[in-house]
Amino acid sequence: MNPVMKFLHKTGSPAYFYWLSGRMIPWLWVIFAVLTTWGMYQAFFVAPTDYQQGESYRIIYIHVPAAWMSMMIYLMMAIFGAIGLIWRIRIAEILAISSAPIGAAFALIALISGAVWGKPTWGAYWVWDARLTSQLVLFFLYLGVMGLHSAIDEPRKAARAAALLALVGVVNLPIIHYSVEWWNTLHQGTTIKFTGGSKMPNSMLFPLLLMAASTKFYYGAALLTRARNRLLEQDRRRGWVAKSIREQRL
Amino acid sequence: MTPTRKKRLTMVLLILLGVGVAAAIAMTALQENLLYFLSPSEVAEQKMPAGKQFRLGGLVKDGSVNRATDSLKIRFLVTDGLKEVEINYDDILPDLFREGQGIIAIGSLDNNGVFQADEVLAKHDEEYMAPEVADALEKAGHPRGNKASTDSVPSEYKP
Repeated sequence: MNPVMKFLHKTGSPAYFYWLSGRMIPWLWVIFAVLTTWGMYQAFFVAPTDYQQGESYRIIYIHVPAAWMSMMIYLMMAIFGAIGLIWRIRIAEILAISSAPIGAAFALIALISGAVWGKPTWGAYWVWDARLTSQLVLFFLYLGVMGLHSAIDEPRKAARAAALLALVGVVNLPIIHYSVEWWNTLHQGTTIKFTGGSKMPNSMLFPLLLMAASTKFYYGAALLTRARNRLLEQDRRRGWVAKSIREQRL
Repeated sequence: MTPTRKKRLTMVLLILLGVGVAAAIAMTALQENLLYFLSPSEVAEQKMPAGKQFRLGGLVKDGSVNRATDSLKIRFLVTDGLKEVEINYDDILPDLFREGQGIIAIGSLDNNGVFQADEVLAKHDEEYMAPEVADALEKAGHPRGNKASTDSVPSEYKP
């Protein structure tokens, strides 16, 4: 067996996953706290004022990372769901459903922070353009995945049903991303591009990248914490839990 | 990979493909309705009937803004570089409203072909810049933002 498959098999075992994630979580929180403090300081005290919007543009340091995360977490949820569907790995199923509330929270933060920014800049809290509507659909998809999962009592069946819905919803991700290019929207186009240069000076971009990195560590920490709780709840009568407690490997 | 897993993997890929194709077809069919706004040229082309509500997008033409002195009433032209439409509005404008700014007005044409707006939204562009940089650019002869001239209409407002 090659090392990658070996790692995956080992991580797929509940006892090892529970132990490894417990070791990782504190570090993820520490890195998250450091990056967020640094990023927020840069965002509010170092980054220059925008020539047109003044100070209100600083909402992007919350809005944009939250919107990115809401999409990335959805993709992760669908990937974990697909792994659960195909290989029936229980840890993947648990990681998929544990992603949903975190992603939903980020989607909601993106929607609310966008509304707060939209009022002074556009003159409206909400408009039904393609970008805003597709992002709202993403939020509802998260709610749908969570609702479907909790409607089925048997956890393995619930995970499979939720994974199917998550997979179907993946089609919304390119729609959100390209909505500002495919249609005339009130929402502006993409500022930060990986190719062809961003339409933002580096002094403004740097805090944004810090926040984008910090939210990923938040996701990691929150995801593993949720997944551990769910795993322990499902397995509370299983042998490995008692064994791990006896050997103090938790 | 075992045959069962291969079958499941194929199923997952088929779901993705199926939903993708369905979404693409639906979006092609809805293309018109998903357009958030019409440009002045499209308005002229489609001969919008008076009284029908729609959204009109374009740049506020330089020197066309005409404010009443004793009320909020304002009159201005929006342009896409080819055609212009006159807009009447009587409410509070967003902070970003200025000559050369991209705006979207919601309302309808009256019998004289003047657009009576119920709401005016400012469309922000994707450029962010420090004020000093914007000033420097302007001095160097690259006007932008509030000083953007209507000679350089961004492609999104063009028909």
